Amino acid sequence: MSSFFDRITGRKRSAKSAKERLQLVLVHDRTDMTQLEMEALRDDILAVISRHIDVDPDGVRIDLERDGREQRLVADIPLRSMARRRSG
Amino acid sequence: MSAKIVTITSGKGGVGKTTAVANIAVALASLGARVCCIDGDIGLRNLDVVMGLENRIVYDIVDVIEGRCRLRQAMIRDKRLPELYLIPAAQTRDKSAVSPSDMVRLGDELRNEVDWVLIDSPAGIERGFRNSIAAADQVLVITNPEVSAVRDADRVIGLLEAEEKGSPSLILNRLNPSMVRNHDMLSAEDVLDLLAIRLIGVVPEDENVIVGTNRGTPIALEPKSIAGQAFRNIARRMCGEDVPFLELDNKGSLWARIQRMTGRK
Ligand SMILES: Nc1ncnc2c1ncn2[C@@H]1O[C@H](COP(=O)(O)OP(=O)(O)OP(=O)(O)O)[C@@H](O)[C@H]1O
Ligand SMILES: [Mg+2]
Repeated sequence: MSSFFDRITGRKRSAKSAKERLQLVLVHDRTDMTQLEMEALRDDILAVISRHIDVDPDGVRIDLERDGREQRLVADIPLRSMARRRSG
Repeated sequence: MSAKIVTITSGKGGVGKTTAVANIAVALASLGARVCCIDGDIGLRNLDVVMGLENRIVYDIVDVIEGRCRLRQAMIRDKRLPELYLIPAAQTRDKSAVSPSDMVRLGDELRNEVDWVLIDSPAGIERGFRNSIAAADQVLVITNPEVSAVRDADRVIGLLEAEEKGSPSLILNRLNPSMVRNHDMLSAEDVLDLLAIRLIGVVPEDENVIVGTNRGTPIALEPKSIAGQAFRNIARRMCGEDVPFLELDNKGSLWARIQRMTGRK
């Protein structure tokens, strides 16, 4: 039970934690992929793309997402601008 | 008319499968339908006590399958309603005494006898679960608004999709509206958003469910009970009626919120 104390100390309501944790767990259950395997996939994808084009590793987002009962792999990979590339 | 075979399953144990089968069966029979329930939990017979029919058992499902009695002899009639029957589970056998094809054969035989066959599945995703869904035309997945129950429900839904059983419908059982109001329990919308299947009923936590089970009187027989009403509504939705969801909460009806949610998609 979240008490008044929890609220003023900023602890998250438990229903919200439950939902967020389930969102993650279900995606991994449905795709049969662990967090570690997902990281390995992310590294592989980046390595392949970086062989062809300069990417900005800090802005990369490669994630599994739920869409109803379907899962999709969503990648958002920002490229380093030519200007920055030339200047090193 | 040929019966519709409906299985209630959950993955996780103890979420209310047996309670739901007993109550939906009673509710369908109260609407005038001919209903036969099958206890698919072989070795852990329970539907008989929940329905209050434990003293009347002579034959069980394995007796029918192995030909020791005729189908009609194993169908115990519930005298409270005109056409409600139970085929009990075998208590001294294990799940290997029944195969999925036995269940399909039994289901086909029952199709000419009644309008609805409701099968109470055991927990888990092994043999007993496979047997229970083998003959099903429709599957209802039941869960509680709790992390482990929702996770297991999702796993079962995935297995049913892989078996091409069609998309199952969801019963959310033991919802506690005041905990939801305090944001300490997943709401019906949360669970629907996570599982993404059709909702067929929300049953509140209600201590009368336990009182009814103590007596062997499913609470769908009690006109005033709120959980009983929720089960009666599920029965009517199964018959194709468009029944609004119960107002379990005072911040706008659940139905209105669900309509908003599904309208958004
Ligand atoms: N809506 C409810 N409100 C209160 N108690 C409930 C409700 N639904 C079920 N229960 C109680 O929860 C317990 C488990 O229910 P039940 O036996 O139907 O679950 P089950 O899924 O069939 O379990 P198993 O997996 O062991 O077969 C019972 O004590 C029952 O009375
Ligand atoms: Mg049970």
